[in-house]
Amino acid sequence: MSKFKKKANVKQDIPTSSMPDVVFMLLFFFMVTTQLRETSIEVQQRIPEATQLRKLQRKTLVTNLYIGKPVKVEQYGEEPKIQANDTFIEPSGIGKWVNAERDKLREDEREQLTVSLKVDSEAKRGIIVDVETELRKANARKLLYNTREFSKNNR
Amino acid sequence: MARATPDIPNASMADIAFLLLTFFLVTTTISNDRGLSIQLPPPPEAQPPEDVKVQERNIFKVQVNSADRVLIEGEPMEDLSGLKEMIKKFVLNNGADPNSSDSPDKAIVSFKTDRGTSHKKFIEMLDICQAAYYDIYAERAGLSGSMEEMNKKFREIASDLANPANKEIYERAREGIPMQISIAEPTKVGGN
Repeated sequence: MSKFKKKANVKQDIPTSSMPDVVFMLLFFFMVTTQLRETSIEVQQRIPEATQLRKLQRKTLVTNLYIGKPVKVEQYGEEPKIQANDTFIEPSGIGKWVNAERDKLREDEREQLTVSLKVDSEAKRGIIVDVETELRKANARKLLYNTREFSKNNR
Repeated sequence: MARATPDIPNASMADIAFLLLTFFLVTTTISNDRGLSIQLPPPPEAQPPEDVKVQERNIFKVQVNSADRVLIEGEPMEDLSGLKEMIKKFVLNNGADPNSSDSPDKAIVSFKTDRGTSHKKFIEMLDICQAAYYDIYAERAGLSGSMEEMNKKFREIASDLANPANKEIYERAREGIPMQISIAEPTKVGGN
């Protein structure tokens, strides 16, 4: 009986004095991790899944190429296209693009440029091989096929 | 004379902080720089056209056609769950089976696709081939845990080679067993 009475006497406030600190900490976390995307991706991106992922350590050395079916099909057609930065490029333009990306890096790091291919699952090998051939010619041979972590519900 | 204390009203600070927090929450894209990493071969014209004779037994052939069907050593295979073990056995054969590889450093996994093969299938197959090698490395590196945990630990080590201790483990594990996955020029049956 007295049990219940005792409980009622307990102070039930949650201390809120540390809330601003918590909020600020979250705020700083998101401020630091945020990357405002300067390019909008114009191709479909359903990235395939894999298990054997490797992480890239130096993000400044990574540059992205997006490959997939254009989102605006009526404007650009059904065929998968290559997007670099803001524009669609043809495989023949890749050498030039690689050099432009290299110039953005520090001189001693130019050879370590890694190209991350973000390719839609439905894209065919053909276009990817064309890109790879151009990358080989441009001597940008470090390549990463961007994938998501494999989740158990398919395959 | 009592001085007026110069107060800044700070009741709205929490609101401002929340607003900023919400803004960054919404705009955040935590970049995903993860995937299967490979090294491309040197440019086609830089390689002198030499006839490299590789014995048939040292090549493990993986072929995928434009309909995403798989041939393993010339035999069609539907269920790919056993493929990883097949590759591991092939690489670590050390001459025991006369139809399998001579030694791990001679073993080559040849992976040939078609121009019409989908990227999804390509990644799936490449993933299995790399998994076989990472399993072998993880075991040699002497990590602890189940096969899956060991594999994961090893890949973490391999991702951070700037650390000398990691580099040592990595080199030791790969000693004599290079990851030789040859991605061949695709055939031109399907696709453009």
